[in-house]
Amino acid sequence: MSAIRTLLARPWIWSYIGALIVWLAAITFTGGYGAGGMITAALSLAVFMVIVGIGQMFVITLGPGNVDLSLPANIGLASAVAMKVMGGSNSMIAVGLIAALASGMAVGAFNYLLIRALRIPPIIATLSSSFIVLSIDIAYGRGLQIKPPPAFADFTNIQFFGVPILAIGGAIFAFLAGIALQRMIYGRSVLAIGQNMRAAWLAGIPVERIRFFTYTLSGALGGINGALLAGYFRGASVDIGNEYLLSSIAVVVIGGTSVAGGKANVPGIWGAALFLVLLLTMLNTFGVSAGVRLLLTGLIIVGVITAAGGQKALR
Amino acid sequence: MSSAASAETLSRSGFRSPAFARLLRALLPALSMTLILIAIAWLNPRAISYFGFSLMLNLAIPIALATIAQMFVITVNELDLSIGTFVGFVACVTATWLRDAPLLGIVVLLGSIGVYAALGALIHLRNLPSIVVTLGMSFVWQGLAILMLPKPGGKAPDWLQAFMSLKPPFVPFPIIAAIVIGLVVHFGLMRTSYGAVLRGTGGNAQAIRRAGWSILKTKVTMFALTGVFGVLSGMALVGITTSADANLGNGYTLLAIAGVILGGGEFVGGRVSPIGAVIGALTLALAASPLLTFMHIPPDWQVAANGAILIIVLAARALISRREGDR
Repeated sequence: MSAIRTLLARPWIWSYIGALIVWLAAITFTGGYGAGGMITAALSLAVFMVIVGIGQMFVITLGPGNVDLSLPANIGLASAVAMKVMGGSNSMIAVGLIAALASGMAVGAFNYLLIRALRIPPIIATLSSSFIVLSIDIAYGRGLQIKPPPAFADFTNIQFFGVPILAIGGAIFAFLAGIALQRMIYGRSVLAIGQNMRAAWLAGIPVERIRFFTYTLSGALGGINGALLAGYFRGASVDIGNEYLLSSIAVVVIGGTSVAGGKANVPGIWGAALFLVLLLTMLNTFGVSAGVRLLLTGLIIVGVITAAGGQKALR
Repeated sequence: MSSAASAETLSRSGFRSPAFARLLRALLPALSMTLILIAIAWLNPRAISYFGFSLMLNLAIPIALATIAQMFVITVNELDLSIGTFVGFVACVTATWLRDAPLLGIVVLLGSIGVYAALGALIHLRNLPSIVVTLGMSFVWQGLAILMLPKPGGKAPDWLQAFMSLKPPFVPFPIIAAIVIGLVVHFGLMRTSYGAVLRGTGGNAQAIRRAGWSILKTKVTMFALTGVFGVLSGMALVGITTSADANLGNGYTLLAIAGVILGGGEFVGGRVSPIGAVIGALTLALAASPLLTFMHIPPDWQVAANGAILIIVLAARALISRREGDR
């Protein structure tokens, strides 16, 4: 009994419960048909949210006002860079991935430069830089119709017993991120900065180095995500990352990370991503119109955060 | 000897003094707008005319109203990520119900302001992060807008269209409207005693509560005001575009945040400036298309130029606040 209570006290448990309820509602509707397929599909889409969500989580944990709004543009540019460098040939896959990673890191480092050198609030800095990155992507990726190398496209779609290989990789990555957050100096520093930046500085934490690393990390994850998305959807596009602006923030906060910073949660990100993807799947199986789907998505997000809320967080 | 001493006092009270830096900071939104106006005048002198301004600032009124709406929530340390889709929703209501069944339209619009007030209460009472709640609401408003107007269409009420295309003598309508909006909000928020309480909620909620004011009430008031100005923004937008589309206001969310910050507002601490916010919105409206068109920037790079302008203006502001030395 006490075990259940400690489990329920975990902030992330609610996102998994939510995901489970939504999944049950969907398969009840279909009469059990496609229950497994639904999970496979949810896992393969959720992993993309998890990758950027973890980057966003470290950024948000840095404290109020820290958020990376440049992710969509970053993802779009990295997807184009990856496809162009790979050029459809299997031998260039690794080079393309590194190029996408570098493009993402460059965006992240540029974000930090704006925040640090020009003292622009992170929200506006990442917003302004996303405008610039978007333009670069539009100019660079114009008319780009390069398919991903066959081996890369196949790789992003491999499944073991219904579990996509990307989801396995995403789970391992989330596990490592959890260790980095709770057990490594880097993660503890991020948490300390989020709780009180000045106290962290006085305690000798290299605040600016940690912030630089965090924004670069978020950028790098956006870059990798762009390459993987281009592989999964078999092609790059300017708006391939658009939905990750809102969903990267949503999975972080629904997953139990405090928007006020200083309190983060990695397992919750997976739960929240599965919840959001399954929610859309459920509404699609119900066959509702686009308007109703948006309406219900919004109401459920508000409902979930109201039910799970009560945390000490202003924003 | 005495001349050296007086020179020192002069330098302390003169250009290097914190007071001067503060003044500069307050003037910065206006300075950045002047800079952009000079650029426009240099690139295309004919734009600086009655008709030029009427055209260039055409969309500035809804942007200014949305920026003011965003400013209210920012004053109490919250953020509204749904203002853009809310403006779109209001636009759809205005172009359909408000025209065909005015009573129903008015009830729906008032109801939506009530929803905003209720959100303020919910966010305060349950201590929820406003970013997430309004993120959810952005889906709700967009969903409702799409349900109401699946395809672009509808038509603005004639009176609204007539009002938005007013041509007063000498000064173009958008400029008059901007001045009125800025002054009215400035008076209400900066010059009245309850305005100080409202700003105090963002500055030090604890102190306001100890002084006997209800934080719940101030938050609800601010969210309701956001709703009011969101409604005005949506109506003004439809009055200009004459027909509506569910995605009409989507870009306004980030534009409004940028406008508040450009205008000298800060995300926490209740430090905002209504007049600055209006000027920030006008700057964004001017920088967005007219300037870039005159500079012959290719369409691919227009968005980048927008971002660059934002960065330059904010960098200038950072330089000044560093001198002010208050951080």
